[in-house]
Amino acid sequence: MDFQYDSEQNDLREAVRGLLQRAYGDPEARRRTVATDPGFDEKTWARLAEMGVLGLPFAEDDGGMGAGPIEVGIVAEEIGRVLAPEPFVEAVVLAGGLVAAVGTAAQRQAVLGPLSEGASVLALAHAEPGTRWSPSASGVTATEDGGTWRLTGVKEPVLNGARADVLVVSAVVGDGTALFLVRGDAEGLTRTGYRTHDGGRAANVTLTGTPAELLGAGTADRSADVERAQALARIAYGNEAVGAMETALRTTAEYLKTRKQFGVTLNRFQALTFRAADMYVSVELARSTALWASMVADTGGDVVAAGDRVRLQTSRAGRHVGKEAIQLHGGIGVTAEYSIGHYTSRLTAIDHVLGDGDWAAARLAETVDSYPTVDPLGAPYTGAP
Amino acid sequence: MRLQLSPEMEAFRDEMRTFFTTQVPAEIRDTVAARRHVGREQYVQTQRILNAAGLAVPHWPVEWGGRDWTPLQRHIWREEMQLASVPEPLAFNASMIGPVIAAFGDQEQKERFLPATANLDIWWCQGFSEPDAGSDLASLRTTAVRDGDDWVVNGQKTWTTLGQHADWIFCLVRTDPTAEKKQRGISMLVFPMDSPGVTLRPIELLDGSHEVNEVFFEDVRVPAENLIGEENRGWDYAKFLLGNERVGIARVGATKKLISQAKSLAREVTAGGRPLSEDPRLTARIAELENELVALELTALRVVANSADGKPHPASSVLKLRGSELQQAATELIVDIAGPLSLASFADGGSQVPDWARVATPEYLNYRKVSIYGGSNEVQRTIIAGTILGL
Ligand SMILES: Cc1cc2nc3c(=O)[nH]c(=O)nc-3n(C[C@H](O)[C@H](O)[C@H](O)COP(=O)(O)OP(=O)(O)OC[C@H]3O[C@@H](n4cnc5c(N)ncnc54)[C@H](O)[C@@H]3O)c2cc1C
Repeated sequence: MDFQYDSEQNDLREAVRGLLQRAYGDPEARRRTVATDPGFDEKTWARLAEMGVLGLPFAEDDGGMGAGPIEVGIVAEEIGRVLAPEPFVEAVVLAGGLVAAVGTAAQRQAVLGPLSEGASVLALAHAEPGTRWSPSASGVTATEDGGTWRLTGVKEPVLNGARADVLVVSAVVGDGTALFLVRGDAEGLTRTGYRTHDGGRAANVTLTGTPAELLGAGTADRSADVERAQALARIAYGNEAVGAMETALRTTAEYLKTRKQFGVTLNRFQALTFRAADMYVSVELARSTALWASMVADTGGDVVAAGDRVRLQTSRAGRHVGKEAIQLHGGIGVTAEYSIGHYTSRLTAIDHVLGDGDWAAARLAETVDSYPTVDPLGAPYTGAP
Repeated sequence: MRLQLSPEMEAFRDEMRTFFTTQVPAEIRDTVAARRHVGREQYVQTQRILNAAGLAVPHWPVEWGGRDWTPLQRHIWREEMQLASVPEPLAFNASMIGPVIAAFGDQEQKERFLPATANLDIWWCQGFSEPDAGSDLASLRTTAVRDGDDWVVNGQKTWTTLGQHADWIFCLVRTDPTAEKKQRGISMLVFPMDSPGVTLRPIELLDGSHEVNEVFFEDVRVPAENLIGEENRGWDYAKFLLGNERVGIARVGATKKLISQAKSLAREVTAGGRPLSEDPRLTARIAELENELVALELTALRVVANSADGKPHPASSVLKLRGSELQQAATELIVDIAGPLSLASFADGGSQVPDWARVATPEYLNYRKVSIYGGSNEVQRTIIAGTILGL
């Protein structure tokens, strides 16, 4: 067991941190960026591509870097640290991850190459209004028509759905879920974008007989692939949340040391310093879980179960840290002009994209009876008997 | 001791319910129920309807529109108003400056201000907090210096809620900088927001709303007769006013309404093919929240029943503390019911996400304020620990 990063991983962290610090070290810069469409900075996106970040988890043959979940976690944490609005987890881990897992060699090269180079933004169109965090599609159906697949139905909310050049869309075929590639300029595709509360962008994506390319060979049920990609994204989001919590905690501690009331700085009130200490406890427990889950994914363990654990832990921690960060700041904490509330807003968004804490707890509850003691270093996580 | 409402009180409750649900325009109540921001005109219209029926300021002295109700009647009045999604009479008017002027103003001030305040002909805002005087309100620095028949005011206020709608402001100002205790030497002045030298800067809140402002005073001349009560006794009036502010802040009825909405929304959302309302984790959470709410309501009733002599019951800090926590828990519950739909926060046309799910997270974020303003929850705990427990 070793929780240390190696030197290459440390270099990656330093490089990404430097880039994002230059872009968003000043919270005003982020505020300006999220105020206009597409909600992130195309130049920063291009720089991330130059650095190899957007191809990180993909095979070199597919145009990627051949790195793994630990490197992905490092990047996600740095994204969270400054609330960089670039859709790394959404485009690379989730949408790109599905193409990597399911696509044919030709599709992987055609889609992941441009994604890695920053030439094409990818979005996963999977959520449907009225469904919660399901691995299957139910509201969009696909039919084959003279050799062309056509999709009909509604996906919403689709993160970055209006900006995306290529959409990975899930749809019902027979009694299974298949995946498709849809070009942003496809006929019969309507995308209505809007702002999400955390400054991001989402869209209603309506498909009406929209031509689509089947992803992968054959129409096998892809629910398990979606589930796995979601789990990897939950783990990445866990790291992103840890980065955001870390900054929220540091910012709060700094504030307590400088804000004066009753003639003294707020850190003179033990009622407040103990609360900050509890925030620290939450952050560190979440960090351990996120690191561990990244390692489980890296070693080919049970990512679905690890994803649920990290979701539960970071959901609880994110709410705790987010609420306390605002409260300990007092009134300034609820303003849009000051950064701290945006951390809480982002943590709240992360909590609802792919399943909240209660949801993860319910899933974990289904299996508590199937093992005598929980062992994060052994089964079920390593896949060992 | 007695558990049930008496037949008279049952009748009183029916009377309130009927009035609120039939006399206040449905479109205004729908705005509140949909948890959208209520506009200035809607507040004014509602308060005038209530005032005409003697329901805007029942807690004021009878000669100024009060009703001489029992604490229980006031509780029922407030509760029914919240359950019917009626915008409550503007707190700055009805619970803050009105009672202060009624208690400490001179006859001329009462005649000049109270009828207009009850009827919302004057929209008041509260100028207490300053950038360096939040929880430590007594360290405020805005000054008023006497010059002939005027006071000349200089300084800055902040967090002035709905200041953009306000006609008048009631302000705490320092009139004696030499007083040895900082609570002394503070006075209360009132003046129009369009007085020369007053400027307002909006503060954008986390949910994108504009409800608070910074207010700057540069040589604002305020006639001497606009001093409320005695010079240098403003701190006493402020304490009286803040005590009143806290009574209304538990908002039991409003939280009940939120939870009842949450229950019906949970029936609309399906998870794994079943309505979310059948998820035992969710129902258990609602049950716990409701139980806390019952305890809070009963405490509120105990508190109101025991503050008849005008002094707040010591447990009134519990109302602010727990009341704000439960309001926050209810907004969080609705975000969680919305789940992934909660992301569609600023969608308008072309989205299939229902309105309630869109406003859920902005409202949840906005409601972080309720444990901060009106004496933060830490301040309430300090009061409980110090004043009540003697620690
Ligand atoms: C939305 C909103 C509307 C408002 N409307 C108005 C208005 O209309 N008019 C008006 O005058 N004011 C208004 N306020 C101001 C409000 O009353 C203050 O925000 C509040 O008193 C807290 O002050 P602060 O924000 O400066 O926080 P601070 O006093 O700086 O407090 C920061 C944190 O430290 C804690 N803290 C401070 N001192 C202590 C202590 N001694 N022990 C333990 N903990 C402590 C606080 O509880 C808080 O958690 C409003 C505030 C908000 C957020």
